[in-house]
Amino acid sequence: MALLEVSDLHVSFPTPDGVVQAVRGLSFAVESGKTLGIVGESGSGKSVATQTIMGLTRGARVSGQAMFEGKDLLAMDQKALRSVRGDEVGMIFQDPLSSLHPYYRVGWQIVEMIRNNHKDISKAKAKQRAVELLGLVGIPQPDRRVDDFPHQFSGGMRQRAMIAMAMSLNPKLLIADEPTTALDVTVQAQVLQVMRRLQEEFGTAIILITHDLGVVAEVADDVVVMYAGSAMEKADRFEIFGASHHPYTEGLLQSLPAYGGVRERLHPIPGQPPSLINLPGGCPFHPRCPYVMDRCRVEEPPLFEVGGNPTHTSACWLTLDLVERTALRAKVVGEQLPTPSRP
Amino acid sequence: MTENGVPADAAGGDVLVRVQGLKKYFPVQSTSAFRRSHEQVHAVDGVDLEVFRGETLGLVGETGCGKSTLARCIARLLDLSEGHVDFDGRDITNLSARQMRPLRREMQIIFQDPYGSLNPRRRVGSIIGDPFALHGVADGAERKRRVQEVMELVGLKPEHFNRFPAEFSGGQRQRIGVARALALRPKLIICDEPVSALDVSIQAQIINLLADLQSEFNLTYIFIAHDLSVVRHVSDRVAVMYLGKIVELAPVEDVYQVPRHPYSNALLSAVPMPDPNQKVDSHQIILSGDVPSPINPPSGCRFHPRCPKAQAKCSVDDPALIPVLGDPPGHVTACHFPVETGEVMESRPGVIAGEGAPAA
Repeated sequence: MALLEVSDLHVSFPTPDGVVQAVRGLSFAVESGKTLGIVGESGSGKSVATQTIMGLTRGARVSGQAMFEGKDLLAMDQKALRSVRGDEVGMIFQDPLSSLHPYYRVGWQIVEMIRNNHKDISKAKAKQRAVELLGLVGIPQPDRRVDDFPHQFSGGMRQRAMIAMAMSLNPKLLIADEPTTALDVTVQAQVLQVMRRLQEEFGTAIILITHDLGVVAEVADDVVVMYAGSAMEKADRFEIFGASHHPYTEGLLQSLPAYGGVRERLHPIPGQPPSLINLPGGCPFHPRCPYVMDRCRVEEPPLFEVGGNPTHTSACWLTLDLVERTALRAKVVGEQLPTPSRP
Repeated sequence: MTENGVPADAAGGDVLVRVQGLKKYFPVQSTSAFRRSHEQVHAVDGVDLEVFRGETLGLVGETGCGKSTLARCIARLLDLSEGHVDFDGRDITNLSARQMRPLRREMQIIFQDPYGSLNPRRRVGSIIGDPFALHGVADGAERKRRVQEVMELVGLKPEHFNRFPAEFSGGQRQRIGVARALALRPKLIICDEPVSALDVSIQAQIINLLADLQSEFNLTYIFIAHDLSVVRHVSDRVAVMYLGKIVELAPVEDVYQVPRHPYSNALLSAVPMPDPNQKVDSHQIILSGDVPSPINPPSGCRFHPRCPKAQAKCSVDDPALIPVLGDPPGHVTACHFPVETGEVMESRPGVIAGEGAPAA
């Protein structure tokens, strides 16, 4: 059984301009010891979905289920949820400077986290644990640095301190929301290495939210591609990068500058992501899709199994046989290429 | 962008910008009111560089390596501490603001943040019209016509002339920034992380736009970005910077295929590839520690405290930026022990990420 199983999650926010449908019928599952990558562009609902599961979206209308070890997180009261947060589920956010309190020492903040959930642990013991954790994530001289303030840490060290804090109670699940977006590539490599090691050691499940397809290819076992609040395609990473089905996934991969390939024009996805207040009818991607058919404009496709593979699903009306799909792709892409389109 | 990646006249013909011994130090605020601080941040510390007409020069390096400061010194938005900048054959190092003004038509900047770089209370037409107004180029109906022309050029609808920046998406705002930079047909455009704030699908639109404009108007770009695959895509030549110095400078494919400096190797290996078949641990060189403080940069080669190949000599002698290991004259590296072709560089043994020297 999966550690966390989210099914048919809907999140919407009433605003003066209308109802923002941030997440529309999202389902996914994470297993212990595995990493689930959620990719999508700004506003695709990837952060809102996970924050809602943790009860961090105030004022939202939520429906659906999020079963964590047999308990529904969405049905829990605040008090019960509080004990899940930190103890069983850790979170890392994008900006390490604003997620650490500037006024308190780093070690103190980790100790607080431990003692908040386990009142019986003595202060000295908790501090010892904090030193241990800082060493674990690769902070040099942890016994000294534990008394530093956040501003005395570099960006990469702060993010590692955040990981230490999130891991302090050995959570079963770690939600990392764009953990390396604010960091340089060399520091990003260090942080990803730390996360990988911790996962190997403790068997933690990780949900990694990112817009960087390179990071996903490197660390995720399974991938969910999100667009306009719902999952477009779900598969393991080899299928996503090697045999993707959905035109949006394909568009994302084609927009990347080819690494090591010949320099040619990029193939951006034309147009803009839709407004979440006024979604287009049918498939939300149809206004930007090169394969668009009449059916796409009226009917929103559910997730279909692709190529008879139960772990690879795609929300698209196109033929599901991967061989036929590839032939179709070659035809459409071939037509697109000779005309460099400037909007 | 030229076909084979190297400008035809790279051998020393048509230089648009020449930088010699450029240094830029910023004074550090003293913490005590009674003591004068003599500490300085060595943001750019001795850079020699030539930018050829019609090429794209990529500047890469980590946060704080001085790439933006260098670009701003070239555009004379900052005064130099030492050194010279020649633009189009003319020494502009000591020109006054008034003397610089006519030259500003020739060099423009596109900024990273499409939200912060546009005044939210002014209409798009007047933002893009600014360059025309400031330089007294066109007035009234003529100005409007030319603004709409340039809007069309960058893929904005001319009828959106009267809209406010808030009515545009991030990608469209970046187009406004491009239009403003392009308005007076400059020779040089400095692109300071122009696509970093954009989503990949939109990023590709802007990169294509910049490439189209370059071939249409024979523009020269200095392209700053921390995304190395973007830099590889757009650049003819690439300069890798570390702590205020250029450590390697070469035609783009040379830097990416046979990087000579250990830092270039580490930087390139850290880029996650969108290809899950790449074995992660086999190709990555994880650097230990953090970038040292530019207030007290390390002696000798600045990279030596983190370098897997460092030897005693590196902490004493600052290596010159010269061709190494039989590289052509266009490929220069500042390293005593450059990486051979095919050499496998190891992460320093026994050091896990972050151990080693404490951060400054």
